[in-house]
Amino acid sequence: MLEKALKGGPRYWVWVIFLLSVISVGFLAYLNQFKVGLGITGMSRDVSWGLYIGQFTFLVGVAASGVMVVLPYYLHHYKKFGRITVLGEFLAIAAVIMCMLFIFVDMGQPLRVLNVILHPTPNSVMFYDMLVLSVYLMLNLLVGWTVLGAERKDVPPPKWVKPLIYLSIAWAPSIHTVTAFLYAGLPGKHFWLSAIMAARFLASAFSGGPALLIILALIVRRYTKFDPGKEAIQALGKIVTYCMIINVFFLGLEFFTAFYSNIPGHMHPFEYLYAGIEGHGQLVPVMWLSSILAVIALILLIFPQIRKKESLLAIACIATFLSLWIDKGFGLIVGGFVPNSFEKITEYWPTLPETLITLAVWAIGFLVLTILYKIAVTVKEDAVFDKYGEKQIQTE
Amino acid sequence: MSINRRDFLKVAGISTILGFGGISAADAVRKNLVEASQVMPNPKALVGERWALVIDLSKFKTEADYRRVIDACHNTHNVPDIDNPKQEIKWIWKETFEHVFPEQEDEYLAEEIKHLPVLTLCNHCDHPPCVRVCPTKATFKREDGIVMMDMHRCIGCRFCMAACPYGARSFNYRDPRQFINKEKENPEFPTRMKGVVEKCTLCYERLAKGLKPACAEASNGGIIFGDLEDPDSEVRKILSTNYSIRRKPELGTSPSVYYVLRRG
Repeated sequence: MLEKALKGGPRYWVWVIFLLSVISVGFLAYLNQFKVGLGITGMSRDVSWGLYIGQFTFLVGVAASGVMVVLPYYLHHYKKFGRITVLGEFLAIAAVIMCMLFIFVDMGQPLRVLNVILHPTPNSVMFYDMLVLSVYLMLNLLVGWTVLGAERKDVPPPKWVKPLIYLSIAWAPSIHTVTAFLYAGLPGKHFWLSAIMAARFLASAFSGGPALLIILALIVRRYTKFDPGKEAIQALGKIVTYCMIINVFFLGLEFFTAFYSNIPGHMHPFEYLYAGIEGHGQLVPVMWLSSILAVIALILLIFPQIRKKESLLAIACIATFLSLWIDKGFGLIVGGFVPNSFEKITEYWPTLPETLITLAVWAIGFLVLTILYKIAVTVKEDAVFDKYGEKQIQTE
Repeated sequence: MSINRRDFLKVAGISTILGFGGISAADAVRKNLVEASQVMPNPKALVGERWALVIDLSKFKTEADYRRVIDACHNTHNVPDIDNPKQEIKWIWKETFEHVFPEQEDEYLAEEIKHLPVLTLCNHCDHPPCVRVCPTKATFKREDGIVMMDMHRCIGCRFCMAACPYGARSFNYRDPRQFINKEKENPEFPTRMKGVVEKCTLCYERLAKGLKPACAEASNGGIIFGDLEDPDSEVRKILSTNYSIRRKPELGTSPSVYYVLRRG
């Protein structure tokens, strides 16, 4: 089916070339990082993880969120998701690939990456993270590719794929739970040492991921003949709404515990992120932007009349995605390190090369996504009717 | 019997997967079985069950008292001297009392104690979180209690730095060799490369030769080295007759570095 990605109009190729050029610039920046070391980033002795690990954490959530279309379709036989399950699965593939790349570019000695397999260490959460992410990638590749291949040939998917689908449904929450455990089990990092961390991760994942999927579905509908379906998009909108409410609720719980208990170690990271401490407040505007976006998103999402208008739903989804991207892809990681073990403050801000490398990894992810979506959409355009006999391409 | 290409590839693929899986599983089962045996141990080597340090704060009066200890350690171990405090490397250094012991917060604490510089280093915890999180066993606890680093195995993921509640670990953000004064370089201790984490290793290389850690030796009695499991050791005697504190013991890490304000 890969050959379908080789045929496309000028718009397709301009987009691919654009992504390739972003990748090339970032690759050059990476070569420099490879030579000089992680010293070219803004990370420090005190804030030893930054943008890379933040993006990794955020994208594990996007990957896990694929289950939000797979589960209703396969477990509850929600037919309307029949057309977009493959979009969810392919998004998960692109997200997991980005996750792996972000871990790779964050390593001080990337050529030793296989040490994780050569010296397996079951007491390290990172060992399990590697395991669950690799398996999740395999599951989505197998399931997505096979089911789409069957649709192309107009035959039902082979029987062996069913158990893999059920496994992938159970597997999705595991990848994000394990990722939360990377943080939630560290003594002395009060900001992360929270029992609700994994639950919060899942809530933010299941709102941010489907929000991105809605935006992608709207783009697909606009630029191709394939129609992911109005009702499917609205159903996803409901998922985004509920999960975003739960996510903000969980964040509120963190605030309550920190400030009602009045324990300084628990309050400090929140004070640093939202108000600044002793004149150090580089992250304050960003965190407030995230909060404002969250409020805007919630207002647009909660009222069904607003949510039902697709243009407003799109704005709500963009706001949700950006809000969560700041909160989880940046604030959550940096906040854990500030103040440091000596209750001193070292601030972090990514450098230009670090940003270019980050953009390049995103561009690789979008390139993979573009290719996979191109294949999926081409197959779907050829199969005029979905498997329930409803027309899945737009008439004009 | 003939075998077609498809079948061959199937069998080959499955055997490869089983092979890799088998190696990993066997490794996991045999864990801690053998570490490659070195040469015959030096008969003079110091042997203990849980090495510890007691730092007597009253013995550090002038800047030179601290400097001597820090230089002894950093020169012995070729610790690079990096200007940028954000990405510097340090094995033992000083912070003020209120920052080393933030949980002792007390606004009426005597100013001289609050601002007293205190030496701080890896605590060689009995339950080290850094060892728990390391995905490659590049940091591990030895049988004598030393929390060791294998800088050749470290992949530079910095999980240990996030896990250490004492800020004891440094990462080589750049090639450290360019920051080592060639005249002071100690040829008997390896230098490191970029991209790996390092920290105090309690002078394992000196213990193996029967020498005390460099900091203890240079401290004029300000740092006392000994075995916590030996009831007759000097450290145990000090701890049983003096009030001592440790950094963040409430985290359950059980640090092996003790501090006494003054010895009676």
